Amino acid sequence: MVTRFPPRPSRPRGRLRILLASGAAALALAAGSVVPGNPLGPAPQEAQAADGKSTLTVAVAQSVDSLSPFLAQRLLSTSIHRLMYDYLTNYDAKDNHTIPGLATKWETSPDKLTWTYTIRSDSKWSDGEKATAEDAAWTFNTMMTDEGAATSNGSFVGNFKKVTATGPDKLVIELKQPQATMTALDVPIVPKHVWEKVGDFSKFNNDTKFPIVGNGPFILTDYKVDSYVKLKANKDFWRGAPKFDELVFRYYKDQDAAVAALRKGEVSFVAGSPSLTPAQAASLKTTADIKVNDAPGRRFYALATNPGAQTKDGKKFGDGHAALQDQKVRQALFMSVDRTTIIDKVFQGYAIEGEGYIPPRYGSYFWKPSAGQKLAYDPAKAAALLDEAGYKKNGAGKRTGKDGKPLDFRILCHATDPNDKAIGKYLQEWWGDLGIGLKVDCLDNVSDPWYAGEYDLAFDGWSVNPDPDFVMSIHTCAALPAKAKESAATDNFICDKQYDELYAKQLAEYDPAKRADLVKQMESRLYDLGYMNVMAYPNAVEAYRTDQIKSITTMPSDAGNIYGQDGYWSWWSAVPAAGASGGSSDGGGNSTGVLIGVGVAVVVLAGGGLLFAMRRRSTAEDRE
Amino acid sequence: MSTESTPALVKGAAGVDAVSTDGPAPAGPSARSPRSRSTTAYLRYAAGKLAGAAVSLFAVLVTSFFLFRLIPGDPVKQMTGGRQVSTEQIAAMRAEFGLDLPLWQQFTEYCGKALTGDFGTSYQFRAPVMDKITEALPATLLLTGTAFVIYTAIGIWLGARSAWRNGSAGDRFHTAFALTLYSVPSFWLGLLLIVTLSVGIGPVPGMFPTGGMESGDESGFAYVLDVAHHLVLPVVTLVAVEYARTLLVMRSSLLDEMGSDYLTTARAKGLRDDLVRRRHAVPNAMLPTVTLLFVNLGNTVAGAILVETVFSWPGLGGLFYQALSVPDLPLVQALFFIFAAAVILMNTLADVIYPLLDPRVGR
Repeated sequence: MVTRFPPRPSRPRGRLRILLASGAAALALAAGSVVPGNPLGPAPQEAQAADGKSTLTVAVAQSVDSLSPFLAQRLLSTSIHRLMYDYLTNYDAKDNHTIPGLATKWETSPDKLTWTYTIRSDSKWSDGEKATAEDAAWTFNTMMTDEGAATSNGSFVGNFKKVTATGPDKLVIELKQPQATMTALDVPIVPKHVWEKVGDFSKFNNDTKFPIVGNGPFILTDYKVDSYVKLKANKDFWRGAPKFDELVFRYYKDQDAAVAALRKGEVSFVAGSPSLTPAQAASLKTTADIKVNDAPGRRFYALATNPGAQTKDGKKFGDGHAALQDQKVRQALFMSVDRTTIIDKVFQGYAIEGEGYIPPRYGSYFWKPSAGQKLAYDPAKAAALLDEAGYKKNGAGKRTGKDGKPLDFRILCHATDPNDKAIGKYLQEWWGDLGIGLKVDCLDNVSDPWYAGEYDLAFDGWSVNPDPDFVMSIHTCAALPAKAKESAATDNFICDKQYDELYAKQLAEYDPAKRADLVKQMESRLYDLGYMNVMAYPNAVEAYRTDQIKSITTMPSDAGNIYGQDGYWSWWSAVPAAGASGGSSDGGGNSTGVLIGVGVAVVVLAGGGLLFAMRRRSTAEDRE
Repeated sequence: MSTESTPALVKGAAGVDAVSTDGPAPAGPSARSPRSRSTTAYLRYAAGKLAGAAVSLFAVLVTSFFLFRLIPGDPVKQMTGGRQVSTEQIAAMRAEFGLDLPLWQQFTEYCGKALTGDFGTSYQFRAPVMDKITEALPATLLLTGTAFVIYTAIGIWLGARSAWRNGSAGDRFHTAFALTLYSVPSFWLGLLLIVTLSVGIGPVPGMFPTGGMESGDESGFAYVLDVAHHLVLPVVTLVAVEYARTLLVMRSSLLDEMGSDYLTTARAKGLRDDLVRRRHAVPNAMLPTVTLLFVNLGNTVAGAILVETVFSWPGLGGLFYQALSVPDLPLVQALFFIFAAAVILMNTLADVIYPLLDPRVGR
């Protein structure tokens, strides 16, 4: 028998009411936190930390691969190591010349094979122990003897014969052969008394015990995978303490989100790595309290040709186009590249026209072709050169070789780089006018066809260090692979005797001016060979909040970049803006976070209550 | 005794399946009761499903190993890209990661270790793959789990109401609105939410963090609130994009039930319309939705690659994206296997639970 009860109020409406009420409560809480005067206003009010601590928050796109200086390879991790540990030498922020670091001075023996460094006496590890030559010797010896410890910086010690600490302040390095990079050893020196307890260097990531013992301008205090890295100022740093109390690297996978965080004041700086897009830069330029730093970059962007892939012992492989072995053809191709259009249309002004192999920011090594040497944009001259080389136009307007085959090239393009694709389109047009066909092969992974020598042309680019040794070395014959298709240091299989002789001379030359002159001669030779032609030097475009950072050192100091410097200058020198305590690590400020969090909790609780009520009612209906 | 029955009766009652699976039933006093027979049938059914799942898991294991070896690119070249390395160093790296072994040997080692939960060492992070995964898993479960609960509740509720008032303005609005959100790319919606609700635009103030899971300077209850604060926008994005699926499945399966006789009977008993819907129609319409729920539950492990990327959420989706871009083979393989395994296990669980929800299944 069914007993009837008076009908209840309509349930859906009742439920809706509870939902609305809880929603309203949450909204009220949220709204309450955004009324003027609340800490949710725009920066810098929100950046005021409760304890007056100044924090500089940097948005970065890369996650940390390892916090062990023996393993880390990414720009972010190695930049953080610059802050945590001192290096033997450093680079001057103004013009990149070598200045003292952990070593106060250095001298070399007449045969140039023995280097003696004097280690400073005023550098202390953050656990109170003194930093000595013993620490440096242990660091280098570990890299020389342990394969795992050689992972990231092994190339620096490859030519080392013996490293000894002859006293607490004397470090002696003996070499097998002269090495010009002895004042550019970018190796973090770690504390022996901490690191000698490490068992397996290939697995130890240095990310479990905080704070991490170091002697750099900042001490790493906390790290959360893929979230943040926190460092505090080292008040005892020998060069002087940094001005910000805390430095936080916050991880943003999406650059648009990072730019949003900058607008909001949640971060003080957005790293230009990758560079901000022209659209992002343009919109930030018109935003109050934000400065866009459009600096000459350390990269070059080049057009490379396959000179015929070969091994060290001269075995040919790959299928590069034979026509490209003719210097005239290579030069004709480059002379029909309108670099002004590329800078204006593709880079939208955020790049400088390319010339030599090393970007102009490295003043002492920067080289320009002379007026007579320069391969300026000149399609008519390019056409004449091709005629001379024996590739004349046929009736259909296509250039053909003596075998009657049309001149058709392939170019390797990085699928992830929009610049490659855009420039590929221009090249198709310009070279098409000359009567040359071009197929643009955009691949996710270009390294396989590259190593296999299965390409005609390629979009190429490298970041250049203050010491140019590495980018110059990749074009020596010694860099060629031992076996076909094997990975090797070579960039484009270039092997030229004259270039190699110059390379060997500069490596053994300890006089900076003479060495720079030799490097320029190498650049000149490379330019004339035409295997590799630089189209542009893309700028490093980055941005920061001027209401949080009053001043910051760029490198080079005249017009340089901030993120990824060769040194710790930017973060060490950054001065907090008056009235602001720097970017808060929490966007909405702590109290806002709490208020909104409470709002969310209320919604969740209300939802739970609702479910519980529904559950109870359904059992009541069962009873009915 | 009433529980005892003759083989003939059992056959008649249990139908064709009972015959085909059980074969001729033993005669005499040892004949099993219908109850134990149905339990046996269920166990057989469940064992079949579990065996199927095991086969699928193995197939995934094999696929995960070979599929990613088809990706062009030598991992060692990728790892050493842009650095000067000697041939000896390259050889040492190959040996370290077992890349110097023949493919079949790499495969047997991989399978053997995978069974013990050891997926090797990540190339880029130089850490055991399982450590990286267990580090990122809680973040993903928190994000996608919260979103799952919310979009399931909204989807079922709105779906049932839409179907019940089929063709009404409310029905058309909900369906259209849900479909619109469903077709919006999640990263775009996420960015839109960041620009409006995080940075603030016009009269809308910025209320939420632009990314990440925590501020990093809270502890205790404040930490919980801080994470909840960071959770809001990614969850809203996921819910907005995902609830349409549940809504549509719920709506269509309820529509199928709507003309059924038992509903007419229920109404004829004088039950209120609301009660007929909730007590009679919805439970019967739940089966397809339950399937979808389990599939979705499996997907909560995989996370949401795009949403995790836009909101810089430190979960498995983001990790997968990073692993693929290297490619970090051990990490990619393990993640692929775990994502697939979660879906397979959840589907199997759904299959195994089905007969308990609806006795018609599994006989």
